[in-house]
Amino acid sequence: MKHIKTLSGATLVKSAIKGGCGECQTSCQSACKTSCTVANQECENK
Amino acid sequence: MIHKFYQDYTYMVMDVNSGAIHVIDELAYDVLDFYPEKKAEETIELLKNKYSANEIEEAIKELDFLTKEGLLFSDDRYLNHKGFKEKKPVVKALCLHIAHDCNIRCKYCFASQGDFKGDRSLMSAEVGKKAIDFLIQNSSNRKNLEVDFFGGEPLMNFETVKEIVDYGRKEEKKHNKNIRFTMTTNGVLLNDENMKYINENMYNVVLSIDGRKEVNDNMRYSINGQGTYDIIVPKLLKMAEMREQKNYYVRGTFTRENLDFAKDVLHLADLGFKSTSMEPVVAEEHHEYAIKEEDLSTVYQQYELLAKEYVKRIKEGKGFDFFHFMIDLNQGPCVIKRVSGCGAGAEYLAITPEGDIYPCHQFVGNEDFKIGSIMNNALSTSLYNEFSNAHIYNKDKCTKCWAKFYCSGGCHANAYNFNNNIYEPYDIGCEMEKKRIECALTIQAKLAEEE
Repeated sequence: MKHIKTLSGATLVKSAIKGGCGECQTSCQSACKTSCTVANQECENK
Repeated sequence: MIHKFYQDYTYMVMDVNSGAIHVIDELAYDVLDFYPEKKAEETIELLKNKYSANEIEEAIKELDFLTKEGLLFSDDRYLNHKGFKEKKPVVKALCLHIAHDCNIRCKYCFASQGDFKGDRSLMSAEVGKKAIDFLIQNSSNRKNLEVDFFGGEPLMNFETVKEIVDYGRKEEKKHNKNIRFTMTTNGVLLNDENMKYINENMYNVVLSIDGRKEVNDNMRYSINGQGTYDIIVPKLLKMAEMREQKNYYVRGTFTRENLDFAKDVLHLADLGFKSTSMEPVVAEEHHEYAIKEEDLSTVYQQYELLAKEYVKRIKEGKGFDFFHFMIDLNQGPCVIKRVSGCGAGAEYLAITPEGDIYPCHQFVGNEDFKIGSIMNNALSTSLYNEFSNAHIYNKDKCTKCWAKFYCSGGCHANAYNFNNNIYEPYDIGCEMEKKRIECALTIQAKLAEEE
């Protein structure tokens, strides 16, 4: 494509397939303790 | 729903529901002002002074293709997803208030200089062990559990920390669990002995420092008024080196008194720290140091500046991590986690030295939010359910927001402190979070340019 470059595809849709095991880290425990960025957490079920 | 934005000479569009991220040119960016509502002829007419009809048609075709592929304007299908609908809250993380006492006095401390508006007290090993039992009993089939030693200052009760860790190690084997212990410390009491212990036993350690000496010492000082910077920097550096620059964060707080906080993050990086985090202060508006709406443009500029420097340093081989910019577009958490919220009051609970249970560390001291006690294994189901249901689909502001899958609805404590309602996010926090996400995505685009 000339006008659009896709950096990442339908990652959320794909993640829903295996999603929800709940084994990942609670976001607040990692470094923030106040503001809530969840998207930077790692998946434990790669 | 889509979200388009422009930063650092880069045009981007996010397809909110699928998670697709695209770098686009200015033409496609302009076309998206009218696409898909307007017909192609109308868009051509509207943009004819800037682009040729051919170019516009070309961009529309590309947008049509991505839409057909489910990478633009896709629907939200997660609300009824089995993994989300059938998700049962289990307790998987505890924040143990091991010491309601602190050896320093921070001007902005939400814990009232360590005592959380109560008596200064230390958690006993007995309460700590009961907390481990409570966690294991309520964790259902989750294997990975987390226990953060928090305060006040946890190093003021370090022998108890060790006892609780020993107990946890024994119990996790019995119950086939994996407990990850972490600690949040101001660093003042770190020494060779406890650093060795922390390094060997803590999965992650959060080390508090606000950045430049004058900034840190303005907010973080000892009981007799001496700034902590000179005391802690050598210790924190040693800790970071011992951990081979992994599984730790130096974490600061910025306030209205250092709105040029990008300098503080870069100062931490210049000192040699590779894992950094810097959080906006959470404070009601009457505090002089509270961040106000009128400060937002400055805060945005600082995040942009930091993002630019972040990319520059990575390209020069001198990169470092900044917590909020570390978005992995392909390996991030699943959407079920992203819609569920931070987990406070449900899968994440805070325990006071007396064994009282609160939704998270930020609520400790507010009796209205006392959920129960581990001493008698009691949990208020109404509060627990209220928090369990505080996911993005139950928050009006979130359902309409493009950032919902990145922040998961924000911090409940902020929402409560500013709006008296955990279901109504704190606007200034939301705006800063959105800017951080845009910066993180711009960083990804800039790094991809090189490939």
